[in-house]
Amino acid sequence: MSIQYKTIKELTLMLKAKEISNKELIQETFDLIESNSHLNAFVTLNKENALNKAKAIDNKASDLSLSGIPIAQKDLFVTKNLRTTCGSNMLSNFIPPYSATVIENLENAGCISVGKTNMDEFAMGSSNETSFYGNVQNPWGENLVPGGSSGGSAAAVAAGIVPAATGTDTGGSIRQPASLCGITGIKPTYGRISRWGMIAFASSLDQAGPMARTAEDCAIMMNEMCSHDLKDTTSLNKEIPDFTKNLNTPIKGLKIGIVKEFDLSTLDNEVVKIFEESKKHYESLGVEFVEVSLPNINLSVPTYYVVAPAECSSNLSRFDGVKFGKRCKNPKDLEDLYIRSRSEGFGEEVKRRILIGSYVLSAGFYDAYYKKAQQVRRLIKNDFDNAFSKVDLIMTPTTRGSAFEAGSMNDPIQMYLEDLFTVPANLAGLPGISIPSGYVDNKPLGVQLIGNSLQESQLLNVAHCFQTSSDWHLRTPSSEIR
Amino acid sequence: MSWETVIGLEVHVQLSTNTKLFSGASTTFGAEPNTNVDLIDLGLPGVLPVANREAFHKAIRFGLATNAEINQVSMFDRKNYFYPDLPKGYQITQMEKPIVGKGSIMINVDGVEKLINITRAHLEEDAGKSIHDLFDGETGVDLNRAGTPLLEIVSEPEIASAKEAVAYFKAIHQLVTFLDICDGNMAQGSMRCDVNVSIKKEADDVLGTRAEIKNINSFKFIERAINFEVTRQIKILEKGKTVVQETRLYDSVNNETRSMRSKEAANDYRYFPEPDLLPVVISDKELEDIRNTLPELPKQKEIRFIAEHKLEESEAKILASSKAMANLFEDATSKTKDSNLIAKWLVGDVSALLNKDNISIEESKLSSDNFATLIERISDKTISGKIAKSVLEDIWDSGKDVDDIIKDKGLVQIQDESILENVAKKIIENNPDQVEAYKGGKEKLFGFFVGQVMKETQGKANPQSVNEILKKLLA
Repeated sequence: MSIQYKTIKELTLMLKAKEISNKELIQETFDLIESNSHLNAFVTLNKENALNKAKAIDNKASDLSLSGIPIAQKDLFVTKNLRTTCGSNMLSNFIPPYSATVIENLENAGCISVGKTNMDEFAMGSSNETSFYGNVQNPWGENLVPGGSSGGSAAAVAAGIVPAATGTDTGGSIRQPASLCGITGIKPTYGRISRWGMIAFASSLDQAGPMARTAEDCAIMMNEMCSHDLKDTTSLNKEIPDFTKNLNTPIKGLKIGIVKEFDLSTLDNEVVKIFEESKKHYESLGVEFVEVSLPNINLSVPTYYVVAPAECSSNLSRFDGVKFGKRCKNPKDLEDLYIRSRSEGFGEEVKRRILIGSYVLSAGFYDAYYKKAQQVRRLIKNDFDNAFSKVDLIMTPTTRGSAFEAGSMNDPIQMYLEDLFTVPANLAGLPGISIPSGYVDNKPLGVQLIGNSLQESQLLNVAHCFQTSSDWHLRTPSSEIR
Repeated sequence: MSWETVIGLEVHVQLSTNTKLFSGASTTFGAEPNTNVDLIDLGLPGVLPVANREAFHKAIRFGLATNAEINQVSMFDRKNYFYPDLPKGYQITQMEKPIVGKGSIMINVDGVEKLINITRAHLEEDAGKSIHDLFDGETGVDLNRAGTPLLEIVSEPEIASAKEAVAYFKAIHQLVTFLDICDGNMAQGSMRCDVNVSIKKEADDVLGTRAEIKNINSFKFIERAINFEVTRQIKILEKGKTVVQETRLYDSVNNETRSMRSKEAANDYRYFPEPDLLPVVISDKELEDIRNTLPELPKQKEIRFIAEHKLEESEAKILASSKAMANLFEDATSKTKDSNLIAKWLVGDVSALLNKDNISIEESKLSSDNFATLIERISDKTISGKIAKSVLEDIWDSGKDVDDIIKDKGLVQIQDESILENVAKKIIENNPDQVEAYKGGKEKLFGFFVGQVMKETQGKANPQSVNEILKKLLA
């Protein structure tokens, strides 16, 4: 019995029923990684450790919630003694001496990290094309991008190699690739999941989250990933519910907002059609749709592309060739060491953002850009607060369209505009989920639900209710419905 | 028209917390290079800072003691620049909302008091150290100091001379050691300062262009650096030229300041709020608790000493000048009654020895127990004041116990009047000329006889008894 395309829930049952041993499960996972190596979803594998851990569980049964479950980890989380590149040449030789809290939480729950997934360099990109380790292929089509920046994680889940993977989302890096690869991905409320050990892109926006085949599996992952971590002062000291507990709660009477200011007429007819069908589906479940106004929402992308580069320009200063990471050969002097190490270590997109960020923070420009952007950010957050006094959730398309071809989007500005629907949730620190909602020319497309602060349980339930009454999430690239 | 000097000081005080400002690493001085360093201090990818509450409490103590505004919500900012001993490529500091706002401190120059306003005091992390002279053609980096909490105290430009600047620095030094927020160890760099100096014509309202002299860590060098800089700037101005705004370095070997970098070459630090740290909120209760545990400050001590021990103001001021001196005084008064005698010795002989060696009481070999015993032996007439002086000097060199010194050297005062009378008689017998002259009206010669008796008894004679006996015999 193949393990491909199985969910966490299904694999757990198979392991418990001893239909498969832990070692067999992990061995088969590595076989799948091998047979899907053309996807280039993984940068570094953790085969020996993974097999050893599986054998250990075979020898001594465990009832941990994720016992024996193979998980792929985005290569942005540091993993003790396992190379962590963040998709960059800068860290091609970096073996961390410690593990991220997310990694520890998941491994303490029994999961087996099978490897580190490919990603846009330092999470900066929407197509996985900025990775130093090459493009990731979308399992749904040879030349299609998987989205980004968590492209490797999305591809690994979509190809059915692993039931779930970790991702991070600064402006849509979980939800956008989830949409483009036909899987489910949730970005929790800012602060729900510790950032300790996440290589920072934009500290005030970065948030980790799970990517899986179903909302239910995302809930199972969330139960283990979330924690109040004293090592991260922005980590929330709020009660962490059992995210699986409220699944299947009826959603009749729920109010979902549709954003007045998003002009969907600029999107392809097919994309609009899918979005309207999702609405109808929810209406059939008793949901009421209400128009809400988010007057400043169209300032999200420019705001985001000031705040995120500003923080990244500072966060990436530590990569200077002095202590860890790449150092240029034979530096003439200190300045030469800095300039060449950074010029050789960083790719083009990262350099572009460091330049933008340094500019918007520089003396004389700070007030006009960074400070202004933070003020707009506050307005956007207020808009959401107002909207959530009227509705329970907000629904938008996740992306402007389905997966595009690699190399087809050469204008960075055009690429940035891809983030239109996803960045508002990051700017406002709100949870957002993308679930498969249809197909355009056999390419998956997601719909996004944004919840109020800390309302992940509700978000997961609303997504789960969609999935228990539809089959979009069950389709696979090998065109068989599971 | 004469020139006027305008000085502002930025004093960096290393706070004596057990751990660093944002990590759990130790702050102990003198450890092997790169051993007091954890993941956070290294700035490894993925690490996050956690603010040290103790550092805030210490900063607040300073604020309360200088009657300053305390910002109960304060924030951190990043100051971005590249340097090998700055692991993250930015320093976490407080730019917009420092923990301590406007305050003031009293300084004293040659007996004249002047209030200096303090603009602000903010918390920031120290950098590591670059070591250029140990490795051929390479630079070593020691990150032990990286992340150590500093309180940067910024004065208003109200200091008018090198002497005032030194007095201000001393006042800060005195205060932070009294408050127990800094060990005050200048040699280990626990206190350093940057000095901003400018010159203007007396009648001018606008300040002149300033030069900033970086990183001076001794009272002596502050004075010399300022004096050099003032002379340099006046010379430039008198030639009709203008002073360049720049950062300068004081070279103590050649006693001069030298240009480090000009304003044009200065970094753009691209300050922005530190997104990894939430604003730090100090509750009313926390603030009250700190206020209630503030120690007695020098001025309060001085007033109390005068009231409790009936000391002269000048004596009380010296006794309250440092925590160690005040402790020595109070320890001794708790063990032996005669507080005036204690004060006299501390202000006199002990202070003289300290000045001579240019050390602090902590650095001397004089313990408070030993000092109290010394005073007791004077009070109970075991030794004379003159002998006590030599005992004190002995302690100063050897640190030995007072009673051991008295015993070993046989310094116990001779009280037995019959012995003293015999000595006196012998002296009188041997000096008939002087006796005749004395009796003939040369009364000054009395001192000669006293001296001779003391000499004969190796100073051990009770001077009062000797006086009485000689008066009787020579009458």
